[in-house]
Amino acid sequence: MAAMDFALTEQQQWIRKEVAALARSFPPEYWLERDRTATYPWEFVRAFGQAGWLGMIVPEAYGGSGLGVTEAALMLHEICAAGAGTTGCSPVHFYCFPPMPVIKHGAEALKQKYLPRVASGEIVMSFGVTEPNAGTDTSRIQTFARRDGDRFVVNGRKVWNTNARQATHILLLARTEPRDAHPGKPFRGMTLFFTEFDRARITVQEIEKLGRAAVDSNEIFIDGLEVPAENVVGEVGQGFYHLLDSLNPERVFTGIEAVGIGRAALARAVDYARERVVFDRPIGKNQAIAHPLAAAWARLEAAEMMCLKAAWLFDQGQPCGAESNAAKFLAAEAGFEACDAALQTHGGYGYAKEFHVERLWREVRLYKIAPVSQQMVLNHLSEHVLGLPRSY
Amino acid sequence: MKILVAIKQVPDTATQVKISGDPKAIETSGITWIISPYDEFAVEEALRIKEKRGQGDVVAVSLGPDRVKEALRSALAMGADRAVHVNDPALAGADTLLTARALAAVVKQESPALVICGRQAIDDDMGAVGAQLAELLGWPCASWIMEETVDADAKTVRVGRQVEGGLEVFDLPLPAVLSAQKGLNEPRYPTLKGIMGAKKKEIKDVKAADLALGDAAPQLTVTTLEALPPRPPGRIIQGEVKDAVKELVRALREDAKVI
Repeated sequence: MAAMDFALTEQQQWIRKEVAALARSFPPEYWLERDRTATYPWEFVRAFGQAGWLGMIVPEAYGGSGLGVTEAALMLHEICAAGAGTTGCSPVHFYCFPPMPVIKHGAEALKQKYLPRVASGEIVMSFGVTEPNAGTDTSRIQTFARRDGDRFVVNGRKVWNTNARQATHILLLARTEPRDAHPGKPFRGMTLFFTEFDRARITVQEIEKLGRAAVDSNEIFIDGLEVPAENVVGEVGQGFYHLLDSLNPERVFTGIEAVGIGRAALARAVDYARERVVFDRPIGKNQAIAHPLAAAWARLEAAEMMCLKAAWLFDQGQPCGAESNAAKFLAAEAGFEACDAALQTHGGYGYAKEFHVERLWREVRLYKIAPVSQQMVLNHLSEHVLGLPRSY
Repeated sequence: MKILVAIKQVPDTATQVKISGDPKAIETSGITWIISPYDEFAVEEALRIKEKRGQGDVVAVSLGPDRVKEALRSALAMGADRAVHVNDPALAGADTLLTARALAAVVKQESPALVICGRQAIDDDMGAVGAQLAELLGWPCASWIMEETVDADAKTVRVGRQVEGGLEVFDLPLPAVLSAQKGLNEPRYPTLKGIMGAKKKEIKDVKAADLALGDAAPQLTVTTLEALPPRPPGRIIQGEVKDAVKELVRALREDAKVI
């Protein structure tokens, strides 16, 4: 039996090549300008929509291409490695994980109504889980959806709601029963909704932040949002469990994005180290410059491999919680270290915007915090992999 | 309307070309191969003609070893309907005339109404195949075209060529051979569905014997490849600006002879 095959299929290699070609048609100056002016990269998103990339994980029956998390991960990696950073990959990755619970658990009518418009890029998604008073402790969310005949009425607020300024739709997690309704089962009683982003009922307040000025993160206030019952994803009360099908891919995607950003920064640093002459020789001859870059390369390779292993497990329908968390952890470290080494290699110019590394450095820092902090990953691994007692 | 597009696979434009141990060839290991950009314009134009007419058949043809299949698949992913791969070690050293003869044999088998190719390949820059192919077929040829319009009955094509100070416009009866200049169009990127569909499309393998080429010896042989001499180092003129400017003007006039 042919086990341990690390080769990408011909189609996967091709996906990588073509995404790289399309992503690289947007030069670093394009991204610098988006960042400087805080303007959404519509041209980029539309180019990916037109070429069909946004429908990658949507099944063919609903107008997509029916590919897996592995292919989507390869795409997001190439977008980041092309220098687009999280500014370029965030708008695209919203087509890769928020639709997953709808694909896996949604009713046929829901899928038919929305998935073709997701695949074409017409629908712009936002993802509403995190709350100011809950953070990673998801069972304590307070947003509540009250049943009212054939609809639900939602009240509450969410934070770090990316894309809310552009979104046409939102995947929203809300309690439909109080947390203590099922003793010992705090994750029950939450329900997932895929619904229109009704701006009459949702107020958006943008959060200014360290990086990725072009793609908004927000606090949103939901006041009497009406959601038809047919917009419940899967079963009422089982929303958190349905959401898990988004969360593991999200860790894989964000992990491999960090690897891609690290690679973009590393490539710039290597070019600079080769060309920059100080004391009559290229600075890349100095091992103090070369070794951190070589170490960054090795770390990125290892992190990418972990991301792809987790992606492969997910696509095989196997459990991948531990691997997805480990992938995100390793990749966030590797990506940040690569960007930091690249910035250091550039010396003073690393601090200058026109050398593009400082933007990558600011953007990659996010991945140590989101979608889950490094510390919470370690808590997960301590408890669920090593079997150590929970500390909180 | 059937359109045949002749493409060549060439090293990516970013390749640092090195001469291999055999001084008649370049080092090919580590090269990323692409469709020659002018040939991509040709593929795009053929697809646009088909789309505008609402029907048609676009056939991509290339000559070369196994790796050339990748270029043909890219053309299929862009939207070409099928491909012909002339893949025969006997043609490994083909010059432009032999290439044109092989293509002419494919054209005779396929009988397209129009052949489009790039104005030249960006590797050896010979720019001869299009015209040679037209000559062998006895077809009219317009090279370096910037625009084209096939008439409704697919009997003639009106083309525009960029010439000094303007556009030269003329009509050719079909069938004809056209070669594409930059500016003809902006080639599309393959779509994901195009990529996934490309593997289901036919790439027909053809040998020299299938084309009845007879004597397949090239008439033009590469004797040697020579690297460009290294660029001489620049010169920094020292001293006071007043004197340095004088010296610069003198050096440009007398040494470099450029002013």
